[in-house]
Order: sequence, then C-alpha cells, then structure tokens
Amino acid sequence: MTTLPETTGKKLGLVIDLDKCVGCHACATSCKEWNTGGYSAPLSDHDPYGADPSGAWLNRIHSYEVESGPISKTVHFPRSCLHCEEPACVTVCPTGASYKREADGIVLVNPDTCIGCKLCSWACPYGAREYDHDDGVMKKCTLCVDRIYNETIPEEDRVPACVRACPTGARAFGDLGDPDSEVSQEVEARGGFNLLDEFGYKPVNKYLPPRFAKVDTPAPQIVEKEPVAPQNGSAVEKLFAWVDRALSS
Amino acid sequence: MHPAYSVILFTTASGAGYGLLFWLGLGHLTGLIHGAGWMPVITLTVALGLITLGLLSSAFHLGRPERALGAFSQWRSSWLSREGVVAVATYVPAGLWWLLWLFGNGSVTPFLGLLAAIGAAVTVYCTGMIYASLRTIRQWNRPTVPWIYIALAAGTGGLLLALLLPSTFAALAALISLGAAAVLKLAYWKEIDADPGQYTAEMATGLGHLGTVRPLDPPHSTPNFVMREMGYAVARNHALKLRKVALLALFALPLFLIFIGMFAGWLALVPAVLLAAVGVVTERWLFFAEAEHVSQLYYGKARA
Repeated sequence: MTTLPETTGKKLGLVIDLDKCVGCHACATSCKEWNTGGYSAPLSDHDPYGADPSGAWLNRIHSYEVESGPISKTVHFPRSCLHCEEPACVTVCPTGASYKREADGIVLVNPDTCIGCKLCSWACPYGAREYDHDDGVMKKCTLCVDRIYNETIPEEDRVPACVRACPTGARAFGDLGDPDSEVSQEVEARGGFNLLDEFGYKPVNKYLPPRFAKVDTPAPQIVEKEPVAPQNGSAVEKLFAWVDRALSS
Repeated sequence: MHPAYSVILFTTASGAGYGLLFWLGLGHLTGLIHGAGWMPVITLTVALGLITLGLLSSAFHLGRPERALGAFSQWRSSWLSREGVVAVATYVPAGLWWLLWLFGNGSVTPFLGLLAAIGAAVTVYCTGMIYASLRTIRQWNRPTVPWIYIALAAGTGGLLLALLLPSTFAALAALISLGAAAVLKLAYWKEIDADPGQYTAEMATGLGHLGTVRPLDPPHSTPNFVMREMGYAVARNHALKLRKVALLALFALPLFLIFIGMFAGWLALVPAVLLAAVGVVTERWLFFAEAEHVSQLYYGKARA
C-alpha cells in the first residue's frame, strides 16, 4: 500500500554527527558490502576499480566547504534515505512496491514488485534513491532491516552496517519517536536538525551540527567542478549533438 | 531532468491520440461527425493507434515492463497509477465504438463517443498531474501544467482531425485549443523564468547558520544515477532558441495554416501536422530539460 500509515510504532532512524565525521567513507563501503548481499541484493557495481566506475550506492559522503567571511570549514556530510514521516516517494509509487512500515517507520522498496518507473526518485528531494540498471528496480537504504532484527548475528552487530563501521562514532541508530531514547536525548542536547526542513517531508534521521572555530585566517580559494555525464555515442546522441552545434553557431 | 526519449514519445503521441479521440467523440455526440464511409473509422483507428504507440513506449521506459500490471493498484495515492487505470478504462468505450463503426453501425456510438471523450480528457489530466504533483521540481509543480498537457493534446489532436476529417468543427477545435495552449505556454515560460527557486544549498545541508555552502569533494569520481537523471541542464541560450522553434512550429505556423486550410482545403493541414509534430516534441523535450530538481542542491546547485 502506498498510502502512508497514520502513525508508526517506532521511528527508527540515524543520527549523524557532523562534528565527528571525518569523511573516511567507511560507512558507504560497509553499506555497499552488506547490502550487495542482503535485502534487494545485489547492488550493481560496474568497473569498480577502473577509470569509469558506476553503480548503485545507498549512502554517499559529500564534503562541503562552509564559508563565513574569512573563515571556512570543511564539513563531511553523509547522505542517505532519511526515512521521512511523510515521504512522497511512497505515495507516488503506482505499484505499492514503495512503502513505509507501520511497525518501525522504515521506508522500503519491494524488489519483487517494483517496475522501475523511477518516479519515486523524482519525488525525493534528497536524491536518496538510486536506480539499479542491472535489476531494473529502485534501490535505497533499508536501515539494514536484515541486520537490526537478525537473531542469527551477534547482538552487538544488530545495528545498520554504516553505524557498525564508523570509526569515529559519528553515526548512531535508535528510536527517534521515543523522547527518552539515547538518540533523542543526543538530538535534544546538541540541537539536532532536519535536512531541508522547509520541504516538509519530516525526515526521521537527524544531523548534529559541526562546531565552528572562530579563527581569523583567510579562506583558501579552491574551484572544483562536478564530473559531467559522458555521451554514449549513439545515433540519437549524434543527432542531438548536431542540433546543439546548429543552435550554438 | 533528463529528457528520456521514450517519455517524450509517450506523452506527445498518446496526447495527440487522446486529443483526436476527444474531438471525434464530441463531434459524434453532437451529430457533426457520422460513421458513414471509411474516413471516420480510419480516424478513430489513428487515434487508438497513437494512444497504443504511446502507452507501449511508456512501458518500454520501465525497468521491469513485465510487471506493469501492478501499476493499476495504487490509484488511491498515485497519479501514475490513476493514469494507467483511466487509460485502460478508456479503451472499453473507444474499442466498442471502433468495432461498431467497423462492422456496421449502432445507435449507441454517440454515447460511446462521449465516454471515450471523457476518458481521454481525464487520462491527459492524470498525465499532467504526475508532473504537477512533484514538489521537488518547481518548473513542474504548477497549476498550469496539467492544463498545458490538456490544451496541447486537444490542439495536436484537433489538427489531426482537421487533416483526416476536414470540417469547420475540426478547424475551430484546432484553432481554439492550439491558441489556448499558446497562451498557457507563454504564461508558463514567463512564470518559470521569474521563479529563482525557494530552496538553497544551505537549507539542504542545514548548515546555513554557519555560512555559505559549496561542494569541496563530490562523493564519487564519476556521475551517479541521481546526477544523470536529475542533473540534466540545458544552456539558457539553447533553451531560448528552442522555445522560439516550439512557438513557430507548434503554434504560429500551424495556426496560420489552419486558417489558410479553411479556404484552400485540407492540403494545407499536411505541413501544419508535420510542423506541429516537430514543435510538440521540442516543447516536451524542453519541459524536461528546463526542469531543475531539488536534489541537485547536494551537487553544487546554489538554488532550486
């Protein structure tokens, strides 16, 4: 069912401490490693060690520079599904493959009924969903639903793979619907916030702000471009390249 | 947004097919179009053919076309599902009508024409709402969007009707709906040009209180799905030139040719239909290429 549950028993989610994250990508690689063998496995992985790697990742680590006057700070910024309370990625799904669990609020895609229309990825403002071209279905963070309730693994491992892997303890997992939980207390104490709160999807995952040292040093000037998608060289591409040139002249 | 050729073909072909079906149904209901002779049934076949071509094209856009039946289940919440349900439901009266016209006649065909016309209008409205309901894309999340889809479907379908079953009714249908589409589209372009976007990279990262945010290191060395699908960008001067192409080929020249055709005969409608085909594909390509997605705030866009 793609209509949303009115309430969820728990609001399981992650709390990410931007003050502790060092941008090592251990959470991303650990996520890929677990999820390529878990729920919705495998995750496509093309040319992983070559010049043009591509594939589905459920967790991506950005690094931003935050500039304020002469001071700037690097903030490493893990980004994955925020398991929103009111996610349009669920309601737009035509098949019911995309759903929010009533028991714990986890947003999942059923890999057996997804038709790969990609509409859910269009509805997500966080860019959290990635289409798997090999499987023809959408992939997303499962909050490691196949770990957290898994009684066949040791109890200390029953947390999402990203949380287990983080060497600096920048990631915590828990019930954000329970104000007395450890994660809720930490969010309360540190002024945890929502990403793009203005959008109104009510993310469950919270971020803890980085501290900002007030040092009077000039910021370095770095100009970097995002990579550009390559052309596939097909006849249609060539036709459009010709139109492009004709219009440019 | 990445302009997928299958979706452009789907929305333009099925749009023209539903527009043609709409006018044919309305014309038949009001007694202006009769089933006698071959041309009416051929026209109905063209409408159903374009619709089917479009729907097949949209199915090929899916990663798992063999599971497409599941898409009819979530009509309570999903505009895409609603579109599928109404599209299939429209085949019932339209198909019966087609059979009755093909094998003799029947007094119920005007009623079937009415049902088919309603189905056609609702289907195209649902197509428009798939885009208009997405708050992540400000160029799509506008009340004008479904009406532009409807006006363009009616305009391109009206042109086909004027070519295949020439009459004053067909010429007026094409003139009025293409004219309305031109007004709506010009207003739409003015609207999106005036809207810089209300979300910023600072809001997306929640770091605005610390300063301005810019990307230092991307999460990966090559573009990922989100960047390829949602990060497509068209240069501003290209977009402006293509808008002129669309205005000329889709609106100005066909409107002029319909007017000529009212005096000089149906032959003027041949170039009008061909020009409108180029124009509507250009318009639809731009609809995608000019659309900016909020997720790109994480990939270096300052506003969206």
